[in-house]
Amino acid sequence: MSFVQSYRMRLRRKHAKARAFRKHFALRPVVDRTGQIRPGHILLFSTMRDEHVRLPYFLEYYRGLGVDHFLIVDNESSDGGGDYLADQPDVSLWHTRGSYRRSRFGVDWLNWLQARYGHGHWTLVVDPDELFIYPFCDTRPIGALTDWLDGSNVRSFGAMLLDMYPKGRLDSVPYRRGQDPIEIASWFDPGNYMIEKNRKYGNLWIQGGPRARVFFQDMPKKAPALNKIPLVKWHRRYAYISSTHMLLPRGLNLVYDEWGGETASGVLLHAKFLDTFTHKAEEEMERRQHYRASIEYKAYMENLRDTPELWCKWSEKYINWRQLEILGLMSKGNWA
Amino acid sequence: MSVGIVMLVHTALARAEQVARHWSAAGCPLVIHADVSVPNKTFRAFREALSDLPDVRFSRRHRCEWGTWGLVAASQAASQIMLDEFPKVRHVYLASGSCLPLRPVEELIDYLAERPQTDFIESATTADVPWTIGGLDAERFTLRFPFSWRRHRYLFDKYVALQRTLRLRRRIPPGIVPHMGSQWWCLTRQTLSAILSDPERATYDRYFSKVWIPDEAYFQTLARQYSRRIESRSLTLSKFDYQGKPHIFYDDHLQLLRRSDCFVARKIWPRANRLYDAFLTDAAHAMKKTEPNPGKIDRIFAKAVERRTRGRPGLYMQSRFPVETRENGLTSAQYSMFQGFTELFENFEPWLARATGTRVHGHIFAPERAEFCDDQTVMNGALSDSAALRDYNPHAFLASLIWNTRGERQCFQFGPCDNQAINWDIAKDPNAQISVISGAWAVTLFQSNRNFADIRREAARLQQIESKHLEILRSSWTKARVRIWTMAEFIEAPMEPLQTIIDEIGAQQTTRGIAEAPKMADLTGFGQFLQNLKNQGMHPYLMGNFPVAHSPHAPQAGKRKPYLVR
Repeated sequence: MSFVQSYRMRLRRKHAKARAFRKHFALRPVVDRTGQIRPGHILLFSTMRDEHVRLPYFLEYYRGLGVDHFLIVDNESSDGGGDYLADQPDVSLWHTRGSYRRSRFGVDWLNWLQARYGHGHWTLVVDPDELFIYPFCDTRPIGALTDWLDGSNVRSFGAMLLDMYPKGRLDSVPYRRGQDPIEIASWFDPGNYMIEKNRKYGNLWIQGGPRARVFFQDMPKKAPALNKIPLVKWHRRYAYISSTHMLLPRGLNLVYDEWGGETASGVLLHAKFLDTFTHKAEEEMERRQHYRASIEYKAYMENLRDTPELWCKWSEKYINWRQLEILGLMSKGNWA
Repeated sequence: MSVGIVMLVHTALARAEQVARHWSAAGCPLVIHADVSVPNKTFRAFREALSDLPDVRFSRRHRCEWGTWGLVAASQAASQIMLDEFPKVRHVYLASGSCLPLRPVEELIDYLAERPQTDFIESATTADVPWTIGGLDAERFTLRFPFSWRRHRYLFDKYVALQRTLRLRRRIPPGIVPHMGSQWWCLTRQTLSAILSDPERATYDRYFSKVWIPDEAYFQTLARQYSRRIESRSLTLSKFDYQGKPHIFYDDHLQLLRRSDCFVARKIWPRANRLYDAFLTDAAHAMKKTEPNPGKIDRIFAKAVERRTRGRPGLYMQSRFPVETRENGLTSAQYSMFQGFTELFENFEPWLARATGTRVHGHIFAPERAEFCDDQTVMNGALSDSAALRDYNPHAFLASLIWNTRGERQCFQFGPCDNQAINWDIAKDPNAQISVISGAWAVTLFQSNRNFADIRREAARLQQIESKHLEILRSSWTKARVRIWTMAEFIEAPMEPLQTIIDEIGAQQTTRGIAEAPKMADLTGFGQFLQNLKNQGMHPYLMGNFPVAHSPHAPQAGKRKPYLVR
């Protein structure tokens, strides 16, 4: 990598930081409990809109893993989710009327909050419909993972997005508040993923899964990216560039091994496809606040109208992380 | 009090205190060394907390960075105090604050009392062990290492390279033979005091302070000078990963640790409450003994290292994406590709499935869709038959197919009509078994009901594609097992090549030979067809020499008996 390229990356990172600074004026603190944060705490950052129904389980799940504090941006929820979060003892909440799209899908807001509160902490950035799975997550708290990563001098940890879906129509089983969404959306595609390396940023670009199989089988290039790096030992100079798909400096994107070995990695169970989805898709189509002018939602709507099913004969039912590791979707690396 | 514990602590002092109390409760005196990096306030509190215990001393604090001399200096100072202040101690056990006694301390005391002259220290010459990190074995004793491997890796590597180029060597002090081994030892008073009061100690200290990772070499080398009986093993269970970093034990290792035959385990995650609760209990509450099975621990950690360094062959995933030549297997299992067989034989696919018991697909790289077996639209792993998805990343498609069907051999058809983008990947894959009947695509044209001008154009195109493919298969980079016959050659004696291919696949029922042959297409008039192409100026050469003019009475390849029984 030449000096010029390195410098260009630096400018790009600075640009991201500048955007984060500019967009932070749109954030208004609702409840600020960041005084509770102690050194070594593991922090979760998220942005959400109208996700009230998912929040109870979301918080319960991540508290169970050992997340110490939640820093959440509420993008104008109208379903009471904001009030619910404000009442939680370990949540700090910001409200914004800003445009989701023009804050690069929330990245700018979170970059700023992470720089402000996440410096020196392990930070986990996830959406309310993503459940983080890592090796041994059923027996070891997330602190065991971050301690081990610290000991191995690793600053970032990758977790691929794994789209979960129910068997049958998406809207056949309604999701109840507080329920584990994986009870309903318990199926996934075990082995149809395509990987390419992004030479510019050094990250892997993963596509595939049910969305590519059903919605994008004629235009695979437009299928959504599934690679994510949600867990990072944050430094105020770091910046997410595109969702949590990639970061700068580029070294943080090297969460994989190129010499034949496997590094440790996790999975984000993506419980997007519940009965709430069809409604959400219609709404998002109107708002046009999502990536590529919501092309994803457009494709979903068209397909779901005639075949509202993602399940196929070769879908796999989720059991636990060991199953995902055997299937080769994640790895223990040298963590034993 | 025949066993004294020298304990090196640097973090998780609460746990260190808990373990110190456990040792002390069994009557073992302790000398504790705390790293300089522990803040003074924390250290004072720690010291205060342990002030109620009778036989605890604290030694002068050194900086104990990984792989530096500080660790040895700290062990020396603490051992000296131990020997001076507790004259009854016979064995000194070096432990760390994150060590956890697995068996009741009394058992350790008894064990050592029975072996009063034995030193337990892992000690091997560099030539004999493969443990080394960073490719340095004998050189760690002959080069200088002023730069930290952890913090200044670049300078470290460059300086090593420079010394190698200039052939700079240090002299090993006369009389000693470098040995190395686990840094956690248990030495007798005689051996330890001899090492510490050696008249040459200043020389040795000066020498070892510049050796790389001296804590794994100093005592290990010098014990060889004085010990009367060395048992070259550590009483501390300690597993290292591929970077020389100790593996950490967690709550879910409880059953595993119970089956270890070691006295002490290192290193324990400070928040592994279940482990501390289970093992730091008096003998009466200690768990029932289980049959020791240390091999299982070895296997688990050896597998972890293997996974990190070599990975699972043929797997491409988010944390394993090898660069070319480092794949350790482009695919995960053997598979077979057939070119020209379905054209030449009418029922080749079902025949092959019957003869070999493998999964036989059609042209999985066909232009319209991937022709999976049994007309499935989705295959194992939810792999779609969409041609667009497949052609978007053909290599991922093939690797996924083979990975998803681990345990069942895959066979598929290929031809010049199919997507050729995969050719190099398959040719370079040692797992591929490629069988080609060149020119067999002409049979399809021969049987087709198309205008001859179209046929001529198509034949020229396919011939060109196939000849390019054959060039790849014959190149020196090809690692697959490739067999190529011209069509004329093949139909001369089709059973022999078929038998070879099937034997190689290793099917169940082939010991007696193939019971039936596939039915060959009717080739009456094929020679004339080729001649017509030639007459039109298109020279079909890939199929070999066919009789130019067909006479109904001449023996003709296509007329062979369709079923042969051997």
